[in-house]
Amino acid sequence: MSVVLLIQYTLIFSSVLLLVALGGCFSEHSGVINLGLEGIMVIGALGGALVMRFLPAGTPGILIVLLTLLAAILFGVLYSCLLAVASINFKADQTIVGTAMNMLGTAGATVLVKAINTALNPDDHSSTIQYITAKKAFIVNIGAFEFNWFMLVAVIMLAFAYITLYKTKFGLRLMACGEHPQAADSVGINVYRMRWSGVLISGMLGGLGGICYILAGVSEWKFENGVAGFGFLALAVMIFGQWKPLRIAGAALLFGLFRALSNVYFGFDWLVSLNLPGTVYNMMPYIISLLVLAFTSKKSRAPKAEGIPYEKGMR
Amino acid sequence: MESPYAIEMLHITKKFPGIIANDDITLQLKKGEIHALLGENGAGKSTLMSVLFGLYQAEEGEIRKDGKPVKINNPNDANDLGIGMVHQHFKLVECFTVLDNIILGVEPNKHGFLQKQEAREKVMALSDKYGLHVNPDALIEDITVGMQQRTEILKMLYRDNEILIFDEPTAVLTPQEIEELMQIMKNLAAEGKSILFISHKLAEIMAVADRCSVLRKGKYIGTVETKNTTMEQLSAMMVGRNVNFHVEKGPCKPGEVILDVEDMSVASKVHKNDAVKHVSFKVRKGEIVCIAGIDGNGQTELVYGLSGLEPLKTGSIRFKGQDITHASIRKRNTSGISHIPEDRHKHGLVLDYSLEYNMVLQRYFEERFTSKAGFLKRAPIREYAERLIEEYDVRSGQGPITPARAMSGGNQQKAIIAREIDKEPDLLIAVQPTRGLDVGAIEFIHKQLIAQRDAGKAVLLVSLELDEVMDVPDRILVMYEGEIVGELDPKTTTQEELGLYMAGAKRDEVKA
Repeated sequence: MSVVLLIQYTLIFSSVLLLVALGGCFSEHSGVINLGLEGIMVIGALGGALVMRFLPAGTPGILIVLLTLLAAILFGVLYSCLLAVASINFKADQTIVGTAMNMLGTAGATVLVKAINTALNPDDHSSTIQYITAKKAFIVNIGAFEFNWFMLVAVIMLAFAYITLYKTKFGLRLMACGEHPQAADSVGINVYRMRWSGVLISGMLGGLGGICYILAGVSEWKFENGVAGFGFLALAVMIFGQWKPLRIAGAALLFGLFRALSNVYFGFDWLVSLNLPGTVYNMMPYIISLLVLAFTSKKSRAPKAEGIPYEKGMR
Repeated sequence: MESPYAIEMLHITKKFPGIIANDDITLQLKKGEIHALLGENGAGKSTLMSVLFGLYQAEEGEIRKDGKPVKINNPNDANDLGIGMVHQHFKLVECFTVLDNIILGVEPNKHGFLQKQEAREKVMALSDKYGLHVNPDALIEDITVGMQQRTEILKMLYRDNEILIFDEPTAVLTPQEIEELMQIMKNLAAEGKSILFISHKLAEIMAVADRCSVLRKGKYIGTVETKNTTMEQLSAMMVGRNVNFHVEKGPCKPGEVILDVEDMSVASKVHKNDAVKHVSFKVRKGEIVCIAGIDGNGQTELVYGLSGLEPLKTGSIRFKGQDITHASIRKRNTSGISHIPEDRHKHGLVLDYSLEYNMVLQRYFEERFTSKAGFLKRAPIREYAERLIEEYDVRSGQGPITPARAMSGGNQQKAIIAREIDKEPDLLIAVQPTRGLDVGAIEFIHKQLIAQRDAGKAVLLVSLELDEVMDVPDRILVMYEGEIVGELDPKTTTQEELGLYMAGAKRDEVKA
């Protein structure tokens, strides 16, 4: 029983990390560091949550799923435009833009949700959105296993990422812009356009990851909490996966497993008998990411030109 | 009537604020010829090429293709006209394969999906036709510079370019690779391609070009047939006066050992292997020892080890009989080692400081420049800087208060040389001291190095330029993959032999 539960949570958390890390992967392959994934997740989650909250009761399940996904994608993409405009057109420092986006994401979502809640009910000052019924549309029970449509979405996106990066003209050009934009420019590739594409795709995947995260396990979300550093965990997954989709999938499973443990460790007698406080398991993914990065970052090979604004005519 | 010219640039004038980079320049490239474009740094070659590629728009003049006027607004226009260029710094994506680099930008595809088989066949056919051997599946970062250059040439051929421009293509090659490139250029011309060969190496121009156009200080000097001219004439056209190619120097009188390096290893920053592997050598008073080799064979790290920028992994350094293996950089600086660094912007100057502060960078703390309370003494610093500027003819806009950034490369280098030589060092380490400088400045620097030698100092020269390696030093040590693979006497060796050592094809057991 508890093994099934462990697998289920591992898969759903891995799906979140996979989606967001793939998002980061597209952005970085185009040459833009996306530290704002955390903020993009929050905004994507907000879009999805609002749709679920305000869809009329009785909407068919499939429509709920599609509209929620679309809203999350749309919000994520729109929000990522901030990063694109600032870092590609205005050549701002990408680290600072990303950090600002993270702060703005959580704060903006909180303000908005509070305003909506208060407007609907003057006594309600919370930043929480409930989606108890809508959530059911995402889940299919297979025996004891709760299948979540996001698991399928994640796998589809993995295939999409792999094929796009390695099998298409677009992918080849995108990666050239992240490695050597001057070379790409010299053969007539529009570096700015490719970087915009990379950032927007990362907004799309980040938004999807955000809604997936707040639907994993709970039926309401308090937006003050943001997404608990999952955007940063996804960055760690991306680095551990060496910016390669298949390796990122492997890394996401590993990190997902550790995150899942904190939900289900009490189901395993030998873990309970260790008598560790539950917070230790909550810390695990973050500690693992520190360790992993400390030991692998020396060897890691990031896209060479990432983080450097591209200026035409500079050598 | 069909025009005999593939491309013509007629009366091109391009001005930048305060300077006319191209002043009424005409360049006519015949179909099927190899045409050299000769000029010193700053003569306007790069500007002219930028105009041809549409990066700049000329104020006056016109460009004609096959006799018809054309407008080139950006590099894509140039590409559409069949103009391709091998840049001096290759435009290759290092973690891509050779094939991916060739097709980038013009990928054969079906609905956006790459059709690599089709591309591979076309590339292999071109490679066979012109004798351009490449391995299409190798990553750029794993292949030799020669093969990288062949990849660049294939990029142009794959795009069916008819006009091929080579921007200083030989700077990074070994003599054997240069030979091979010359042959390839001749094959391409024989197949009807028109080639523009930008260079300041006269011997290569004489060997391969049919005609040569010369620029000087932004002005067009003339075009000559190479078979009717001599190197001396070309250089006089380029510099505007007669230049002495041969470095004049008396016999070498080596004295006692100043620098004694034993079993030195230095780790690499880019890969797991050591960049310098158990190297031993000595430098004596009154001699110039040159470390030769192709760029990236450990010369940089060797100098980092000597100057203290990087710690040694193994071995020891003795300087004037004292062990300085673990001495600080300042200790080395003040005890008689001078260092003209490879990268003058990174290690040579503080670009945003004034010239005078740069002049005292290594001695500002001396009593004559700093008061007991710790304040800088402005007047002595100014006087000192003015003396060096005068003695070494360092030219700048505002004298001692000119920001280093605002000076030309040649004068920045002169400032560094003035600073380092004025310390009266016992050992002068000069790393590529003439890189990117024009003939006049090179002459000056070579004279300074020899003057140091004749004054009984030890000079360690690191150079990538074959002419410099052959002419300046008294002994040559060749480095290959972090090891010293040969010691040669420049008086008895040939460029060919030197090339074999540099390419790793030949090696001796060297006893220092």
